[in-house]
Amino acid sequence: MAGLRARRARRQSAFRWAVLAVMGVFFLLPLAAMLEFTTRGGGGTWSLLADWPRLSETYPDLAEGIVASLGQALLTALLMLALLVPTAIWVRLRLPGLRPLVEFICLLPLTIPAIVLVVGLAPVYAWVTYFLGGSSLTLTFAYTILVLPYAYRSIDAGLSAIDVRTLAEAARGLGAGWFTVMARVVLPNIRSAVLSAAFLTVALVLGEFTIASLLNRTNLQVAINLLGKSSATMSVAVSLAALILAFLLLLLLTLFGDRRKASR
Amino acid sequence: MATVTDDPGLLAPVPRVRAPRRGLRLHDLRSLLGTLPFFAYVTIFLIIPTLVVAIGAFAGDGGFTWSNVSSLGEEYVRDAFGRSILLSAITAIIGAVLGAVLAYALATAKPGGLLRRVVTAASGVLAQFGGVTLAFAFIATIGLSGFVTVFLRDELGVDIYSGGVWLFELPGLMLVYTYFQIPLMVIVFLPALDGIRPQWREATESLGGSTWQYWTRVAGPLLAPAFLGSTLLLFANAFSAYATAAALVSQGNPIVPLQIRSALTSEVVLGQQNLGKAMALGMVVVVAVVMTLYALLQKRTARWLG
Repeated sequence: MAGLRARRARRQSAFRWAVLAVMGVFFLLPLAAMLEFTTRGGGGTWSLLADWPRLSETYPDLAEGIVASLGQALLTALLMLALLVPTAIWVRLRLPGLRPLVEFICLLPLTIPAIVLVVGLAPVYAWVTYFLGGSSLTLTFAYTILVLPYAYRSIDAGLSAIDVRTLAEAARGLGAGWFTVMARVVLPNIRSAVLSAAFLTVALVLGEFTIASLLNRTNLQVAINLLGKSSATMSVAVSLAALILAFLLLLLLTLFGDRRKASR
Repeated sequence: MATVTDDPGLLAPVPRVRAPRRGLRLHDLRSLLGTLPFFAYVTIFLIIPTLVVAIGAFAGDGGFTWSNVSSLGEEYVRDAFGRSILLSAITAIIGAVLGAVLAYALATAKPGGLLRRVVTAASGVLAQFGGVTLAFAFIATIGLSGFVTVFLRDELGVDIYSGGVWLFELPGLMLVYTYFQIPLMVIVFLPALDGIRPQWREATESLGGSTWQYWTRVAGPLLAPAFLGSTLLLFANAFSAYATAAALVSQGNPIVPLQIRSALTSEVVLGQQNLGKAMALGMVVVVAVVMTLYALLQKRTARWLG
């Protein structure tokens, strides 16, 4: 039996490396090509990308898009947390009967493609523009809906892992108000779930194009697409930088996930 | 555990024997008030947009009309839906098969290892971050002056575009879509593979089964619902994708999302103001059917591999 297992482990390992080598070529080739494409005339593109003042002078649209995306990512993460965390805790404690409904609503955006949502959002955004102006930061409202499924699943998993009810009862029994229960008792216990929801939100918002483009607002992806028409090299460089940034974000996220498991 | 946390009465004040019905209801209302911000928000930014699409698809100048929906039968709309479905189906099947192989290779690796962590994170980026950046990745790779194009032309004398530049048309879309479908398959299929227990294989072997029998009689049937479900998810993903196509396709509107864009941005043809909404509704219907099947298969998967 042991010999059989060792042989299978060897076979599996050979298979694993063969598959990874073939897939690796397919997946790394475009990334390598991007690097090659952007360094054809020397490293000028990359040094320009690292020099913010000169970049915002040379490509004002791109700089505006980057700033807009960062603002949207921050605001969306905050709005998502403010909306979802108290609701998820509250529903668990006081209205368990509502949980299926909340879950259904949170997962609904998965079945509504962004391109469809934008059709319906157009009239809503006519009002948003009327009240708040046409700033690109107003996209936060739509993005909070887009990230709802991913953020909800993360936070819900965090809440399932702890005994919310007992914690809340203990805190209430010691005289804590509902705000204290949420902010100082439950929240610290689901910190890593909240963090991972925030990370996912940031990654998703930085990659969003459909809604920003069709509601005539700007963000990183819209700027990259616009730039592609005038300076292909620069747009490829920014694309690669954005992909690497998103990769690092998600890699960090898996590390957080590990710490959570280890600490339990 | 489940029965304790699911009991709504634990924290609510226990109603006395003759508790007035009104007081209880008032208490429920106060609890509901806590969810008001959430429900108000999703009503404005999710429910109303959905209703705008659903109602708009049947609205004309003088109220209710079938004309928007019936113009879905027009040739160019029908063709767009056909191409969208073809594109999604082909990339879903290719992505599912190759993604499953890659996921299996990862599943045999050490669970907490660096390899798995890096590949999973990279898959997340390529599957969900994608869009515009991936379009540019392929322009840099096999665009007219792309790395691979130039290499093949100068070094090997092969012109990949001798039959016309296909990158900016449907074949190009298929290639780029496959590039984000495979990673998505890895993400959604890996948990199912992790649910396969080594004991099942050992049991097969101790009963005299071969590797072939293990895969066709034990692991295959167990994984089949998960595989089919994942394939459906990939289909919905490709069907809903917009950014890649918008950045890549320069001529015409071959697929439905691009048709919706042109309906949204161009001058509307009289009497067709709501055609975009009808097409959007058509997309929702297709995705909803696919996702419902997915949910059903998911339930079946959870029975064994949850």
